[in-house]
Amino acid sequence: MSNVAEQVKKIVVEHLGVEADKVVESASFIDDLGADSLDTVELVMAFEEAFGVEIPDDAAETIQSVGDAVKFIESKQG
Amino acid sequence: MFNLEGKSALVTGATGGIGEAIARALHAQGATVTLSGTREAKLEALASDLGDRVHIKAANLSDRESVDALVPAAEEMMGGLDILVNNAGITRDNIFMRMKDEEWDQVLEVNLSATFRICRAAIKGMMKRRQGRIIGITSVVGVTGNAGQVNYSAAKAGMIGMSKSLAQEVASRKITVNTIAPGFISTAMTDELNEKQRESILGNVPAGRLGTADEIAGAAVYLASDEAAYVTGQTLHVNGGMAMI
Ligand SMILES: NC(=O)c1ccc[n+]([C@@H]2O[C@H](COP(=O)([O-])OP(=O)(O)OC[C@H]3O[C@@H](n4cnc5c(N)ncnc54)[C@H](OP(=O)(O)O)[C@@H]3O)[C@@H](O)[C@H]2O)c1
Repeated sequence: MSNVAEQVKKIVVEHLGVEADKVVESASFIDDLGADSLDTVELVMAFEEAFGVEIPDDAAETIQSVGDAVKFIESKQG
Repeated sequence: MFNLEGKSALVTGATGGIGEAIARALHAQGATVTLSGTREAKLEALASDLGDRVHIKAANLSDRESVDALVPAAEEMMGGLDILVNNAGITRDNIFMRMKDEEWDQVLEVNLSATFRICRAAIKGMMKRRQGRIIGITSVVGVTGNAGQVNYSAAKAGMIGMSKSLAQEVASRKITVNTIAPGFISTAMTDELNEKQRESILGNVPAGRLGTADEIAGAAVYLASDEAAYVTGQTLHVNGGMAMI
């Protein structure tokens, strides 16, 4: 797992209070990890802070899963 | 009780009668305040009167860029924002059949759309900090209606609906969203009334007098306090009994 993926996973575990082994790349925040829509907004804010990237609203809406988040952040860090 | 030391507050319309009283009251309870309005000289005068723990940021709420710059500026000056008081408001009264598009648009823009945008800017930081108080100054006529004020009462009713919905969205993050609905309060806004209007209004106020800006400020201090943590989505009517809702 990449460094970004590790860190994303850690943030998701902390924020949603879910078990680490459930936080796989394909896991959807809402459908698989029990997040509500407000949680997803907060996750995006946490990613922005942790990685120092800005995630505009239209991009934030496409980030539905752990993998989406990792991909987006890696593309920004290029 | 009602200690606001260490809290940061932004008050819009702080150059007006009610806004100044609210800003003074929050400050007196220990809060750091950012005063906003369009009249810079008035803002500066009030700030120098209050002394320390005061910042000013002028903003014209009918200009969207200026609206969007307000909360970030307040957060930067105070290091955060715990208490937001959306108090600025205007009237453009006319009977419905003569109401112009501009009169409708201006009132909705300043009283409702600016409130929405300011709340949206403030909520992010409040969510992060897991605390926040949003207080909107609406009006009794937002609930009862008032002939000659379709635009104003629509905007004020809109504030109430918006507050209730937002309150539901963010309650789990320890943020409360409430409104205060003043009745007739003695300020520049009500000084415009003539003697006859004043008498007919007082005929409908069981308390038999206009309210004071300080009586609105007291309600704001309460809603801003830790003691009011379990009060959200409510409208606190401060109107001398003119409408019991
Ligand atoms: N007085 C009452 O009986 C009464 C009753 C019910 C509700 N209210 C509500 O209470 C609030 C305060 O009213 P008030 O009686 O204190 O009235 P006020 O003395 O006329 O004050 C109005 C305030 O709103 C600000 N404002 C107006 N247009 C603005 C704009 N485009 N951009 C930025 N700020 C603007 C003014 O700032 P500048 O002058 O610096 O532009 C002023 O500080 C209002 O929302 C009003 O609807 C009042």
